[in-house]
Amino acid sequence: MYTEICNKYTPEKHNLIQILHEIQDTHPQHYISAEAVKTVADYLGIAENHIYGVLTFYTMYSTTPRGKNIIRLCESPPCYIKGSQNILRKLKSMLDVQTGETTQDGLFTLELSACLGVCGNAPVMMINDDMYGDLTDERVEEIIEKIRRGNQ
Amino acid sequence: MAKTVNIWIDGQHLEVPDSMTIIEAADKHGVYIPRLCYHPDLPPTANCGVCVVEIEGTPAPKRACCTPVNEGMKITTNSKKLRSYRKTLVEMILSNHDVTCPTCVANNKCELQILANNLGVDPESLPTILDRQPVDESSLSIIRDVNKCISCGRCITVCNEVQTVFAITMTDRGIGSHVDTPFGMGMANSPCVNCGQCTVYCPTGALRERGEIDLVWDAILDPDKHVIVQEAPSVRVSLGEDFGLPLGAVTPKKMYAALRKIGFDSVMDTNFTADLTILEEGTECVAKLKAGEKRPLITSCSPGWIKFMETYYPDLADCVSTAKSPMSMFGVLSKTYYAQENNIDPAKIVSVAIMPCTAKKFEARRPELRDSGFQDTDYVLTTRELIRMIKEAGIDFANLPEEEPDEGMSFYSGAGTIFGATGGVMEAAIRSAYFLVTGEELQHLDIEAVRGLQGVKEAAIEVPGFGEVRVAVAHGLSNARIVMDRVRESLATTGESPWHFIEIMACPGGCVGGGGQPYGNDIASRARRGLSLYEEDRSLPVRQSHKNPEVVKIYERFLGEPLSPLALKLLHTYYFKRSVSDGQVVEQVTEKHTAH
Repeated sequence: MYTEICNKYTPEKHNLIQILHEIQDTHPQHYISAEAVKTVADYLGIAENHIYGVLTFYTMYSTTPRGKNIIRLCESPPCYIKGSQNILRKLKSMLDVQTGETTQDGLFTLELSACLGVCGNAPVMMINDDMYGDLTDERVEEIIEKIRRGNQ
Repeated sequence: MAKTVNIWIDGQHLEVPDSMTIIEAADKHGVYIPRLCYHPDLPPTANCGVCVVEIEGTPAPKRACCTPVNEGMKITTNSKKLRSYRKTLVEMILSNHDVTCPTCVANNKCELQILANNLGVDPESLPTILDRQPVDESSLSIIRDVNKCISCGRCITVCNEVQTVFAITMTDRGIGSHVDTPFGMGMANSPCVNCGQCTVYCPTGALRERGEIDLVWDAILDPDKHVIVQEAPSVRVSLGEDFGLPLGAVTPKKMYAALRKIGFDSVMDTNFTADLTILEEGTECVAKLKAGEKRPLITSCSPGWIKFMETYYPDLADCVSTAKSPMSMFGVLSKTYYAQENNIDPAKIVSVAIMPCTAKKFEARRPELRDSGFQDTDYVLTTRELIRMIKEAGIDFANLPEEEPDEGMSFYSGAGTIFGATGGVMEAAIRSAYFLVTGEELQHLDIEAVRGLQGVKEAAIEVPGFGEVRVAVAHGLSNARIVMDRVRESLATTGESPWHFIEIMACPGGCVGGGGQPYGNDIASRARRGLSLYEEDRSLPVRQSHKNPEVVKIYERFLGEPLSPLALKLLHTYYFKRSVSDGQVVEQVTEKHTAH
C-alpha cells in the first residue's frame, strides 16, 4: 500500500511532504507508522531519522493511530482571546479525552492547531477538512452530536 | 587565492581571509568569544545565541559563529549589553536543565557549567521548567539523558554528517523540540553503531558511556576472581592529559603502575594482540593477494565500523577480515592460553579491557564472541572511565613511578602501538605482509602516505614477486562510505576492487579520537595523540609484529601458525546483516571458517 503511494511520485526528496500527506490521508487511522517511514525512506533515499524529524515538526502529521474525525482547535492568540480555552474545556468533557487523545469509540481525536487563518470567526476549529467558526458551547454540542448521529 | 579583509575586533586590527566567520577569525587570533553550541570541528548550527557580538552600524547583535567577516567590520565582543544577553540565554538554558553538577560525569568538563560560572549566572535567577523525561538506557554503549540536553544539535551534526549513521535527529518543534531516535525507540533500536562521537561532542553530560566502573571494582575486590586487564594502544597517549601532563604524553608504564595500584591481578596489553591481529589478518591478506582475489580485504578492528558495515554494507561483509579485533582476541586468549599457561580456572578469570571506545562495550557483548566458553571480554571501560577510577583510587598519576607489565601477553612492537592512529593498522600490516610475501624485511618502515588526518588516503606499495599492492585508508564513517561506495560500484562494473587492502576506522583520527577518549577530544588533540603513537613506534626496539617474541611464543606453544584450526576457532569470527531501521540482526551473512 505504501509502495503504491510512493510510486505515484518521482523519487525526489521534495516529494516527501506530499507522500506523507497521502499516506496519512488514506490510512483509516490517519497516521504514519514506522513501517510507512521505512518504505518512504527506501523510496526517496532519505534516512528514516530525517523523515521522523519532518513528521514530528509539522503538527498536521501524526505518528500514532487516530480517530475517524480529527478535531483541530485553534490555540493562536485571537482565538484564545475570544475564548478558545472554554471551547477546549467543552470538547474535553463532551468527548471525555485530553488533548492529543482519541475517544473510546475511535470516532474523534482532539488536537490543538496553530492559526487556521480565519481569525474573523474566532474561536475556530477544523474537523477533518471542514471549518467551524464563532464557536460557543451550544454550537460545539450541535456539531459533535451531528457527526455522532451521522455515524450511526 | 582567498581575498583578505581588514576587520577590527575590540579595537585590534586583523587581516583575515574573507571566507572566515567572525568566531573563526577571533579564534585564530586568540580572542575568545563565549560560545556554547559552536564547536570548531563542526559546521555552525547557530542554535544557542551565546556567541553574539556587536557590529558597528548593525542595529542588533549578531551570532559570531555564522556571520562572515566583511571589509571594515568593527566588532565588539564584550560589552554590558552582550554580557547581559549571554547571561539571560544561559539562565534560560539552566532553567530547563537537570542541574546535578557534582554527581554528573561531565562535572568540571561541562561547557555549560564552565560558561555559567564564567558569566556569573545566578542558579536561582529563573524557576525550573524542566519536564523530567526518562533516560534512554537501552544501549549497551551509550546513555542518553534528555534532561541534561541543551538542544545544541552537535550530536545530530556529528551523527548525521560526520558519521552518516542517522541514529538521532531533532524531533517535534518549539519548546517541545528535543533530540530523539525515530519513534522514540531508544538508541538500542536505532541504526546507532555505538561509535560515541556524540558523547565526545556533547557539551554537557547528556550523552555518556554506559558506566561499568562499579562492576570492575566488585570483580577486583572479589577474592575468588582473577582480574586481568588489557589497554588499547591509544589509551597510553590519552590518559596523561587529565592529570596535568602534556597533551599526547606517552605513558604506558605509568598506566601499568596505576592499574596495578587499582588492584588488577594481571596487567597485560592490547598492543600484544594488535601484533597478533597483524599476523592473522596479514596472512589472510597475503593469501588473498597470492590467489589474485578481485575483492578487497578490509580491516575489522573497529567495532563502530563493523556494525556500520553490517547495517549499510552487508553485501560486502565477505570482504571484511574474519580476524577478531585485538580486544576480542585478547579476551578469548585470557580465558584459554593465559588460563592454561598460568594454571587458572578460566571460570574465575574476569577479563577487563580499557578502550578509547564506547562501541567496544557492544562488541564485548556480541553473543558470537564466546569462543572461550565464556563471554570472552567481561567488562569494557573507556579511557574516561579509567581516569575516573584512577581519581577515585586517589592515585597521583603524574608522579607515579613507572612499572613494567606482567609477562605473557604484553610485549608489543611499534606496529602494534600505531594501531591507535588512522592508517596505523595498514602500516603495521604492510610491514609484516611485505615480509610474509617476500621473506625479506621492508627497508623503510615509515609509510608516510597512510599517516595523517586526510579523510581518505591512498598508497601503492611495490612488493617484489607480486607487483603493486594498492591500499586505501578511511577514518570517520562518512569517509568510509566514500571508499565503500567506490568498492561496491567498481565490483559491480569491473568486477574488481580499486584497492587490495583497506583500513577503516569509525572515528575521525582513528582510536586516538575514539568515542571514549577524555573530554576535549577535538581534531587538534587527536592529531597530537596520533603523532605520539608514531614517536613511541620509533622508540621501540621491535617495530614489526612478526618479530614480537611473545607473538612468536604463542604460535609455538599454543596456536600453531596463523589461520591454524585453533587460530580460526579462537581468533576469527563472522558477520550479520542488520536492519537500517532498528539495527537488529536480520540474518548471518558470513560463515565462521574452520580451514582456509
